[in-house]
Amino acid sequence: MATEALHENETLASLKSEAESLKGKLEEERAKLHDVELHQVAERVEALGQFVMKTRRTLKGHGNKVLCMDWCKDKRRIVSSSQDGKVIVWDSFTTNKEHAVTMPCTWVMACAYAPSGCAIACGGLDNKCSVYPLTFDKNENMAAKKKSVAMHTNYLSACSFTNSDMQGCDKKAMVWDMRSGQCVQAFETHESDINSVRYYPSGDAFASGSDDATCRLYDLRADREVAIYSKESIIFGASSVDFSLSGRLLFAGYNDYTINVWDVLKGSRVSILFGHENRVSTLRVSPDGTAFCSGSWDHTLRVWA
Amino acid sequence: MYFGASASALQRLVEQLKLEAAVERIKVSQAAAELQQYCMQKACKDALLVGEPRSCALF
Repeated sequence: MATEALHENETLASLKSEAESLKGKLEEERAKLHDVELHQVAERVEALGQFVMKTRRTLKGHGNKVLCMDWCKDKRRIVSSSQDGKVIVWDSFTTNKEHAVTMPCTWVMACAYAPSGCAIACGGLDNKCSVYPLTFDKNENMAAKKKSVAMHTNYLSACSFTNSDMQGCDKKAMVWDMRSGQCVQAFETHESDINSVRYYPSGDAFASGSDDATCRLYDLRADREVAIYSKESIIFGASSVDFSLSGRLLFAGYNDYTINVWDVLKGSRVSILFGHENRVSTLRVSPDGTAFCSGSWDHTLRVWA
Repeated sequence: MYFGASASALQRLVEQLKLEAAVERIKVSQAAAELQQYCMQKACKDALLVGEPRSCALF
């Protein structure tokens, strides 16, 4: 028995040291290719001029914090979900509410628009993801047609109709191969929880927003962090990030109620947008890149352009 | 960091790290150049970047 325990301890010890040396090797390999900083490469790129971005529409109607939103492919409809237990589909041009569904729970933390534009998915504290087909027939009860598509053991924090193959968990961002179910790359440079991750439009990189008040850019082919977007004056966490169409701009919503706009290549802030009266909780650029929408704990959504 | 980890959990971690170490990488200078090139190519189509004239803007 004693020899078994001794053998087990030796195995544990050798595994631990192997893990340590592999981690060291990973850092070494990544460092070897770190020959320059992104902003140095971008030195010769023309600096961006002054940005005039304003709130063009304010969507009012939720009775509590807006937690999530998504654009429809038609670039005009938006679905949003709230702590008030409601999921609303808006026409963002007219600001009219086209559909409203009351969920059986409060804190509807996730919602998404189907690529077809014909359905929405949402979920939260009810631990499941439900899909509602959208109907304009006044006689149809939307809630009656709902389908549950997934049961989780805990609350639903995100849902998407596309293969969202990224996940920010704690301080680590992981990239998954959906076919093999394996994590193929992992990045742990943030100093606190990651709240949001989004792919760069080309798919070769992704940005993250974190409670450590920074946003970061990771290149998947260089397999490392290549830029940090931060300022000493920014001390509140970034809750949500998204890129403009070309990937040159990164929009980030923060817990200090502001939205900062970053020059992705040069690493500098190009604009700060005020308007929300509480934390910005969700942010998405429209499908054609002509506007972006932010949702906030102040119960409203704003469309900016 | 590994306090309380079982041998099988550590084994999985070692396998995972081997996978990650084997990833083929390119230099940051090359990756950065390609990110920049993508931005430049798509810049003219990026309405939020170039600032659409308000008369033809949707919002």
